[in-house]
Amino acid sequence: MTDGTEDKPDGAVAADPGGNPWSALRRHTAARIALGRSGDGLPTRHLLDFQLAHARARDAVHLAFEPEAIAAALPGHVCVTVRSRARDRAAYLQYPDLGRKLDPEDLPLLRRGEHDVVFVLADGLSARAVHDHAAALLTATLGLLPDWRVAPVVLARQARVALGDDIAMTLGAAAVVMLIGERPGLSAADSLGAYLTFRPRPNLQNADRNCVSNIRPDGLAIPLAARKLAFLLTEARRLKLSGVGLKDDFPAELLEPAAVALEATRRD
Amino acid sequence: MGPAMAYHQDIGGTRHRFADLKDLLAKASPARSGDHLAGVAAESAEQRVAARLALADLPLATFLTEAVVPYESDDVTRLIIDTHDAAAFRRIAPLTVGGFRDWLLSDEADTETLRALAPGVTPEMAAAVSKLMRNQDLIAVARKIRVVTAFRTTIGLPGRLAIRVQPNHPYDDAKGIAASMLDGMLYGCGDAVVGINPASDNIPTTMRLLDMLDEFRVRHDIPMQSCILAHVTNTLEAIRRGAPVDLAFQSIAGTQAANESFGITLDLLAEAHAATLALKRGTVGDNVMYFETGQGSALSADAHHGVDQQTVECRAYAVARPFKPLLVNTVVGFIGPEYLYDGKQILRAGLEDHFCGKLLGLPMGVDVCHTNHAEADQDDMDNLLTLLGVAGVNFVMGVPGADDIMLNYQSTSYHDALYVRSVLGLRPAPEFEEWLIRMSILDGAGRVRPALAGSGASALLGHAEAARHD
Repeated sequence: MTDGTEDKPDGAVAADPGGNPWSALRRHTAARIALGRSGDGLPTRHLLDFQLAHARARDAVHLAFEPEAIAAALPGHVCVTVRSRARDRAAYLQYPDLGRKLDPEDLPLLRRGEHDVVFVLADGLSARAVHDHAAALLTATLGLLPDWRVAPVVLARQARVALGDDIAMTLGAAAVVMLIGERPGLSAADSLGAYLTFRPRPNLQNADRNCVSNIRPDGLAIPLAARKLAFLLTEARRLKLSGVGLKDDFPAELLEPAAVALEATRRD
Repeated sequence: MGPAMAYHQDIGGTRHRFADLKDLLAKASPARSGDHLAGVAAESAEQRVAARLALADLPLATFLTEAVVPYESDDVTRLIIDTHDAAAFRRIAPLTVGGFRDWLLSDEADTETLRALAPGVTPEMAAAVSKLMRNQDLIAVARKIRVVTAFRTTIGLPGRLAIRVQPNHPYDDAKGIAASMLDGMLYGCGDAVVGINPASDNIPTTMRLLDMLDEFRVRHDIPMQSCILAHVTNTLEAIRRGAPVDLAFQSIAGTQAANESFGITLDLLAEAHAATLALKRGTVGDNVMYFETGQGSALSADAHHGVDQQTVECRAYAVARPFKPLLVNTVVGFIGPEYLYDGKQILRAGLEDHFCGKLLGLPMGVDVCHTNHAEADQDDMDNLLTLLGVAGVNFVMGVPGADDIMLNYQSTSYHDALYVRSVLGLRPAPEFEEWLIRMSILDGAGRVRPALAGSGASALLGHAEAARHD
């Protein structure tokens, strides 16, 4: 017995060095540690575990957006589907600006009105996140905002966060909440981000928005995310602003520490 | 600085025109998404080669009189021009860019000659010649260059490859970080640095993590250096409050405006360098800075001045150069597919950055990495890692299972380090290698085969339990 992962005579390796002091380290972190070795390489089981996680993340990035399915999960809501100027996934990934502007052909679909808020459900970098969680999050959030005049739900394809500004300005909405698929990681490919912008206008920066990220069953659970979002919306309307000036005083103990996903807030 | 010149190249009756030097450089650059995004890339494959033909005939001395970013408005340009070593340049002064490539490949350009040349090369010269070089040229010339630096270990020696242990944790949990760090040490990694990207970039976190790493180092008598990759202003404050800072870290870029977007100036870097140096914590050397760079960072800050992303990246190395860093790390695939679209572009960029940095005299390492929305996978990472090993890279990253659970991207793993050291016969830094033998982590044949019972390695394993939450 050395490290519990030494090569067996036939070259095979114990995939799980259960019980040895090295594998005991695993209880301290979700990182991929104490994986053992096959010679100097990764044991087959762990090689394929990684490939599965990466495959899921890749599939989530390239999964086709299905607005019909989301609309079907929102009975009683009027839904409008729009596109950004990014024609396909390759253009979307290479030219972020295209994903921030509405396709001019879709402008007539958005009717101006008296709206306190518009919710945009967008594919972003993970259509899977939107398919799996956006309708439930929207329903839970709206349940906490009974007196709000809510615009028709907009379902947006090949969208970046700032597309919501274009949509809200066209609709004349005072605020926009973008529920958008976050860049998939290996541990989660279904993470939804919610970006709140009050008084949307052109050329806003990340500092002008509030973000709730890592929304998924194993991250920030949907009921909590809905409460946090309703809190932020109410505060934004009261203070007439969003972004760094709107302090997120939502009780921190209700949120799990793992719900901090810094990258998602920075990179879109 | 002279007036901007226009350039042209005639091919079969077609005249290809290039507005100025930066346009010529951009059009000559191998295709990548970031240059398309910036609108500076060649519009056809023929135009790209036409630009290279024109660039090949350009005298190197042109770069001393024509700036790609104005001297008057950019302190990086001023640094490049004002610190240029004319005596070192003399050897290549008569050459064109094409002639420079031929000379770099020649027997005359040996290790000692290239070492002496480095202060005479400007970033734009390095970028220009790299655009005329195939991947094999980038490897062959980089392999001849040695940049050796030291703090508690010596990095960059022939036949050696150092590894940064990167034990990040989503909320900086001490036990979680310790577990990932110990895992890396048991795979023989950590001789470049144990470097943590903190999830929370504040001073108390930085100080807590620095104390933890220093206690660990002292208790197990490890020849290693640690670094918390916080903003340099936080590191400076931690030094003022008495924290055990080995290395000061900062992300840097190739224009004044991009550096301002990072919240830094050249003076601030000089202040951090002086403050860290004054702690005198090194044992075998006094290189105390750790810089990170990456193609696309200037464009993402809208601070690229119409210069192609590879040339701007080289200018970041000029920012690093005066501070004699221990480590310079180009984080090549982190930025995403809008800058480097796929495995081919990431591979090319990694080899370019490594070559150009080394040519400029910097201790280059590469974070061989990708994000999930790039067209790249572990096979692409294997290719780049292997090529960089052949090219003589000073260090690469070691991330548990290649999966950084804090930064959400894929880098190279501790296992990848074992692989590349093994297939290329590369060994750890000498001081660290000696420690690994003492701890029974390396066996008699120099392989990583840790003995866990009744040895130094077993004492290490107990450390995660001892790590405190505070």
